[in-house]
Amino acid sequence: MFNPAPTIPRPGSIAETSLLSDEILLDRFEERAFRYFLECANRENGLVADTTRSHYPSSIAVVGFALTCYLVGIERGWMRRDEAALLTLTALRFFHGSEQSEQRNATGYKGFYYHFLDIRTGRRVWQSELSMIDSALLMAGVLTAATYFAGASDTESEIRDLAETLYGRIDWRWAQNSGVTLTQGWKPECGFLHYGWEGYSEGLILYILALGSGPHALAPESYAAWKSTYQWETIYGRDVLYAGPLFIHQFTQAWVDFRGIRDRFMREKRSDYFENSRTAAYIHREYAIRNPGGYKGYGENYWGFSAGEGPGVRTMTIDGAVRRFFNYVARGAPFGPDDGTIHPSVIFGSLPFAPEIALPAIRRVCEEDARIGSDFRVPNGLNATMPGDDEGGWISEGMFGLDQGLAVLMIENYRTGFPWNLTRECRYFRNGLRRAGFSGGWLER
Amino acid sequence: MTKAPAQVQEPIANREDEVWLDRVHPADWKNPHPKDRYHLVVLGGGYGGILTALEAARAGASVALVERDLLGGTCLNAGCISSKALIRTSRLCGDITNAWRFGAGMPEHEFHADFGAAMERMRHVRARVSRRYSASELSERGIDVFFGNGRFTGKSTLAVHGKELRFKRALIATGAHQIIPDIPGLAEAGYLTNDSVFGLTKRPRRLLVIGGGPFGCELAQAFQRFGSQVTIVQKDPFFLRQEERDAAQILSEAMARDGIGIHLNTEARSIRRGSNEILANLVTDDYETTIAADAILIGVGRAPNVAGLGLEAANVEYDAANGIHINDYLETSNPRIFAAGDVCREHRFAHIEGASAHIVTRNALFLGRQRLSALSIPWCTFTDPEIAHVGMYVTEAREKNIPVRTLTVLMHEVDRAIADGEEEGFVKIHVREGTDCILGATVAARHAGEMISDISLAMSAGIGMRRLACVSHPYPTQAAAIKVAANRFVQTRKPSVRNWLEKLWLKL
Repeated sequence: MFNPAPTIPRPGSIAETSLLSDEILLDRFEERAFRYFLECANRENGLVADTTRSHYPSSIAVVGFALTCYLVGIERGWMRRDEAALLTLTALRFFHGSEQSEQRNATGYKGFYYHFLDIRTGRRVWQSELSMIDSALLMAGVLTAATYFAGASDTESEIRDLAETLYGRIDWRWAQNSGVTLTQGWKPECGFLHYGWEGYSEGLILYILALGSGPHALAPESYAAWKSTYQWETIYGRDVLYAGPLFIHQFTQAWVDFRGIRDRFMREKRSDYFENSRTAAYIHREYAIRNPGGYKGYGENYWGFSAGEGPGVRTMTIDGAVRRFFNYVARGAPFGPDDGTIHPSVIFGSLPFAPEIALPAIRRVCEEDARIGSDFRVPNGLNATMPGDDEGGWISEGMFGLDQGLAVLMIENYRTGFPWNLTRECRYFRNGLRRAGFSGGWLER
Repeated sequence: MTKAPAQVQEPIANREDEVWLDRVHPADWKNPHPKDRYHLVVLGGGYGGILTALEAARAGASVALVERDLLGGTCLNAGCISSKALIRTSRLCGDITNAWRFGAGMPEHEFHADFGAAMERMRHVRARVSRRYSASELSERGIDVFFGNGRFTGKSTLAVHGKELRFKRALIATGAHQIIPDIPGLAEAGYLTNDSVFGLTKRPRRLLVIGGGPFGCELAQAFQRFGSQVTIVQKDPFFLRQEERDAAQILSEAMARDGIGIHLNTEARSIRRGSNEILANLVTDDYETTIAADAILIGVGRAPNVAGLGLEAANVEYDAANGIHINDYLETSNPRIFAAGDVCREHRFAHIEGASAHIVTRNALFLGRQRLSALSIPWCTFTDPEIAHVGMYVTEAREKNIPVRTLTVLMHEVDRAIADGEEEGFVKIHVREGTDCILGATVAARHAGEMISDISLAMSAGIGMRRLACVSHPYPTQAAAIKVAANRFVQTRKPSVRNWLEKLWLKL
């Protein structure tokens, strides 16, 4: 039976951490993050918990990350191939057989899935939205698994068939709600949400996959419309396609190797989405160095603002200054919001793009907070300004699946490029990128 | 949307108000005897109408001005001037609350905002400013002022109070009125609009603002700082629909910091009056909640005043939503009649009416062919921080396939802003890629309304980023952010032959 309680990792200490080579340090973090998925997966249906906190449901995006992380686990020797294939097949069978309807407690509708599902029953919980982006992240995992499991066994063969079916039945055009761009979600209680996917965001992977599918694929015009609000800005003297939270520059990039491939916008700007993610990391670092809010800890090795948890909605006077803290919000740099909270997962997410600043930041975070350096846990949020239970300031409780997934994929991309190599071989990713206007580099091979 | 009848209107019984009313609509005013034919008849005595009438009269034209209510229009009587006077006091309240940051705070219990006195000051300001809009002043400048409902009776005639005014050219500048959302129970519960809120003498303890446009945001922040507990409800996922999202985000942050209850992506579905309060049912997607308030302020937008003007008789095309249809020369479908300002939905706000005045005078009376699109007209939302804009937005440029690059300077990069403790915000200047031509700019900063003028001037004068980088600013000033942006442009542009030669020279 599913039991989300995390195991205790092998003990360590800050002093030991400082003695570890970069390779071993990253290996420890990567393996610890990978173990999250084994510990938090329900082996009966393949769903994975959103966090290690008790009573939390499954997030379909976390399942998407998990499906790719299993492949990393096989390559790293942390998981047997047959075990990973079985867990993957269990998840795909669940999604294939689950209820797709307008019912309020269904699992999905029109091929999409609700953001949060009961980890045991697989039905919609929290009155969550039918989520286009989270469905896309799920499909990214499904498609990479189908690409990797190319063997002749019945299990691997069924994985490929189910992946084709699940991906092919998504009605992307319905999600346009008669518009050009995609809506962000739909609920049986109120229909489509007012928010749409317009402008640079993590929605890049959504458009790539929505353009790459068969019968319901979007027209390339939708990608052009999505780009119409792109802002090419010079911030702190660096040219960047702007988006505030750092995860935006990393979620699509966790799967897609953007080195050398460009869409029309990036061709015009003589950049690419890889280089852009690197610039974004540098802008976050520069913001932390400038530290306009005067938050504790900020500096050249303490940065990374993103969507995530905070110390909670409260106002406190700390060292003579009135501080407002937030709960879960999309923090960003340089326009904020900022309450002194950093999100370590995006430092790991910067590794492939800017290792020269990400590695020192990882070490600094380990030094800053003994709770990280001692067990190699990637927490969701850290806030050195807000007093915590001990000297390390506030740290978010437990682990979040998205953080662990991003950490595993980006550490691995930095170390070997394995996840990127998988999607390079996936025809749907290639097709989606080409239809979005990408060309050059590995796409031409 | 319908216009409901039940506004909350406080009685006007104040000496300043008497002075003001005596100027903008004297009780004993007698309409003059019309001339045979006017060079220009202006229908609507708001800011733009008055400016046009004055400019035409100065040029020697015979001019009639027709106003159905109060001279000065929304700008003077129920908008710009009134709200800015009120915002001045509210900003002071905000400064006092935050004074501890500057080593000058006072105990919270000792600070007291006197709402009645602030409103009294606002009325005094309004009375003072009204002098230049007074009927007698305009009359002395040779303008025939008519009070009453003006209505076109033909292609070159207009009737007011039984008198017919014949004209060679006419300008329609009748402005707009507040749209009242069709919310069940709103009319019965009563509400405030820009027409009535400046008549308040007592501060509502809890205020619900419906609408997150410029007016709603300005007043929400002002009342919160006066001590009301304000809740603002906005249908869109962000404030200030037309502005850049980063600016709207910064404003949202500032309003939350002030303690305003913010409900974005939310609609007020129904309203009912309880025993001692108003209860509003709010819906966000599929989530419902109820908010209690003592007063409701409506600020969802404005609709053009086109009803009852006899536009059909004058052969002037219009529609209820977008107002009078005009071309770039401000001409209507009747070549003798022009229109400007709020009555043409695309070109709102008083400063645009002001800018239009000159065009109308030249085009209507002197065979000019000046274009509205040739003007660089800035505007500003006077929240704290202010949000100001001029020219194109990035989305507009991209829609026109103009490659655009944005030079961004954070206010926390500006020495004076750091010294002032006013580091929130930014200057963004949009430049046509590959050139130094300024397409537009957005400034979010405490004094954005003042700062945007530098960029507006540069655009009007055809000054590009390279020249702007050569303009000296006193040090330290917050407006230096604009020079920093220009410098950054110069530093990051592709090396020119001159740069190459300079480097070669230094190597010699």
